[in-house]
Amino acid sequence: MSAPDVDTTRGFLGRTRDIFARMGRHDLWLSFRSKPVVIVAAIVAGVLILSALAAPLIAPHDPYDMASVSLLYAELPPAWVDGGDPAFPLGTDLQGRDMLSTILYGSRTSILVGAAAVALSLVLGVAAGLVAGYGGGVVDSVLMRIADIQLTFPAILIALLFDGVVSAIFSHGSSDQYALLVIILAIGVSNWVLFARVVRSSTLVEKGKDYVKAARVTGVSSLAILLKHILPNTLGPVLVIATINLALAILGEATLSFLGVGLPPTQPSLGTLIRIGNEYLFSGAWWMTIFPGVTLILLVLSVNLLGDWLRDALNPKLR
Amino acid sequence: MLYFIIQRMLQSVLVMLVVAAISFALFSYVGDPIEAMTGEDDPIELKQQLRASLGLDQPIPIQFARFVGNAVQGDFGVSYRARQPVMQLIAERFPATMELVFVASLIALFVGIPAGIYTALRRDSPVSYALQTGSLIGISMPTFLTGILLILVFSVWLKVLPSFGRGETVDIGWWSTGFLTVSGLKSLILPSITLGLFSTTLIMRLVRTEMLEVMRTDYIKFARARGLRDRSINFRHAFKNTLVPVVTITGMQVGSLIAFAIITETVFQWPGLGLLFIQAVGNVDIPVMAAYLVLTALMFVVINLAVDILYFFIDPRLRADRAVASGATT
Repeated sequence: MSAPDVDTTRGFLGRTRDIFARMGRHDLWLSFRSKPVVIVAAIVAGVLILSALAAPLIAPHDPYDMASVSLLYAELPPAWVDGGDPAFPLGTDLQGRDMLSTILYGSRTSILVGAAAVALSLVLGVAAGLVAGYGGGVVDSVLMRIADIQLTFPAILIALLFDGVVSAIFSHGSSDQYALLVIILAIGVSNWVLFARVVRSSTLVEKGKDYVKAARVTGVSSLAILLKHILPNTLGPVLVIATINLALAILGEATLSFLGVGLPPTQPSLGTLIRIGNEYLFSGAWWMTIFPGVTLILLVLSVNLLGDWLRDALNPKLR
Repeated sequence: MLYFIIQRMLQSVLVMLVVAAISFALFSYVGDPIEAMTGEDDPIELKQQLRASLGLDQPIPIQFARFVGNAVQGDFGVSYRARQPVMQLIAERFPATMELVFVASLIALFVGIPAGIYTALRRDSPVSYALQTGSLIGISMPTFLTGILLILVFSVWLKVLPSFGRGETVDIGWWSTGFLTVSGLKSLILPSITLGLFSTTLIMRLVRTEMLEVMRTDYIKFARARGLRDRSINFRHAFKNTLVPVVTITGMQVGSLIAFAIITETVFQWPGLGLLFIQAVGNVDIPVMAAYLVLTALMFVVINLAVDILYFFIDPRLRADRAVASGATT
């Protein structure tokens, strides 16, 4: 693992870049090109994520600009159905907002919350894994017991409880303001265990290697050894888990928002949109539920496929 | 083996104490129960009297001990919202959730395992291909969306199945069952499919992977060389060896079914524990939240313990390994 092509004179970022460069050089790219399903998944995920991030630029209407929203256009079906209006390709909701635009803005919220939650789990999990693996002893057993206990419960239950407790504490204040933060915390905290376990086991392996011993002998501090030497060598599997976790986090957010404990209608995510649409399912306005739902499934499915492929491609056993 | 089981039981007790501590902390630090029970204008003396009578003026460790003692006897206090004993609310809702989880587990096992075996044995048939693709979608599909789509198709468009509630129920003692009426059974169909779909796909994929792995071993080749019939090889030799991981995952799946019942029950307005919990979260009804937390944790711990003990009966190697391991440590 202590590959000679890693330039040790450069900083942490430079070194991380080397890791990615190394990954680019092995047959990752070849394996990508030879799998049509993966290419399609990458295109779908790319289009969904880019268009969501660019929502304010490309959305045909601004759903939050009250001046442009008119009840006159409420509950219009999609453009290709009788009574549809070409100005609203996917129909409109009860307030007359364009579905396509609300979905774009909603995906943006979903993806940002998902990414932030994954970043939080990643930081928590990697830190815990490094400390447990390198420190060993009591710290290790305490952290890993906590991880074991948390793993006995499904992540969604933990996120739900965390969310419930925090909103209970903030119940007297305006909790809408904190909703975004709370949901990121709840999902982030509920998913750190996998990162911690994987990083801990690779830390245990790396710790025994000669380059770490050499660094220790030359008087490099533990923190520097952890961050500069061990961390970069654990990043491969972390990338895989992060990808799969992004799908899980987006699903988790959608589920919490659907249950009504996530994001409020003022900051709708895909889950919130589905919940709102669901209330009008029986009035025949299927497009309010189906389009955000299909967007969510496509997003999660494509990210899942990419994660699966990345896991297999980076697994030396399967090559 | 006894050593191992005792060790696991101690661990379970520890988990339960941690969970109890969390729910106790909910009580103590989230809002003031006295404020919740009294009005704005009640005199201070009354509040202090109430505080003393509830033991809330005692030191924290004593309060915690009392909380655990009460919880063990099934006393979680009175719901802030419904003004009824929490245990009574839970007992009313318990059968609904258990019947739903039971049927969903049956679906997961009786569809998931055969589908997994089939896709492993007939890898290239079109049916296998369809099942594999379907399972990928099933795994990426959020539970609530499955429910909504089923409602849209079967309740809104085809109008053949009910979209909410349990239908008519029959009381047997304190247990109300929906198994004995036509409307009860019809109401069960959509929620149990919704709840079971994810576990079904997971179990199917797992059985398939394990079967493929086992079919490659020398032991199966040898069985073939002995001239045993396919049927006997597939089921008596191969399938038996896939059981350890399948039992683990199935056990964990029953646990997550209880958790995911929250979502299914919300979609279908199913009057079970999950709906009770979600409403409690919405209303900040701490006693109900705490009781749900402790009870769910108890169910999880019991399931995990049962799975661990089951291993000994399924896999003889574990018995030998553990005996050596425990012999070495003592």
